[in-house]
Amino acid sequence: MQSFVEAVCHRVGRRAAGFPLLVGALALAGCVTINIYFPAAAAEQAADRIIDEVWQLKSGEAPKADGPAAPQGEAK
Amino acid sequence: MKAARPFLILLLAAMLSQAGAALAQANLEINTPAIAALQRSMQQRHAQLVPFYASGAVGLTRDGNVALRDANAVPLPQRQQVNALIAAENQDRAALYREIARANGRPEWETDIRATFGQRWIEKAQPGWYYRSAGGTWVRK
Repeated sequence: MQSFVEAVCHRVGRRAAGFPLLVGALALAGCVTINIYFPAAAAEQAADRIIDEVWQLKSGEAPKADGPAAPQGEAK
Repeated sequence: MKAARPFLILLLAAMLSQAGAALAQANLEINTPAIAALQRSMQQRHAQLVPFYASGAVGLTRDGNVALRDANAVPLPQRQQVNALIAAENQDRAALYREIARANGRPEWETDIRATFGQRWIEKAQPGWYYRSAGGTWVRK
């Protein structure tokens, strides 16, 4: 890659000064687009929280920041 | 060598921004007014749906919906009510999946979110309730 860039820059001369920058910008855009993955674990947690709320499931799972002060009341 | 330096810097910046994005995605945003409203609506409807889940009239599908499983399990005068409940519930669920995707700035995640919910609803369903298996047959939990 490096030698390719050098070769092209050498051949085209000054006009090619912005070429590596262009390649870099393209690489950046490519990386960002490709790398937005679906966060499956986070989605599962979010789903569980919503389902517990909708179905009123207050199972033995430890409540996060509620503390022991709210034994039966609605969490929200 | 010098010519490649901006490229390397940009590449590094790209990698760092990916790491930042990955960290930002550790949790999904679900605390929006729209999502809260849908949750309330579904919570209220749930009380009406429970008897139908229990009788096997209504079951859960893998794509995160509910469906009529056995119309014969519903007394004739209630059939319209069940259909209305199912339609309303599926409408809320679709809106919920869409809203979660939107709240996180990723509308294209809607399908994945729906699939995740599909699994979790079934996982958390009570024993005796029905869900549709991958093969399409109804299974009693």
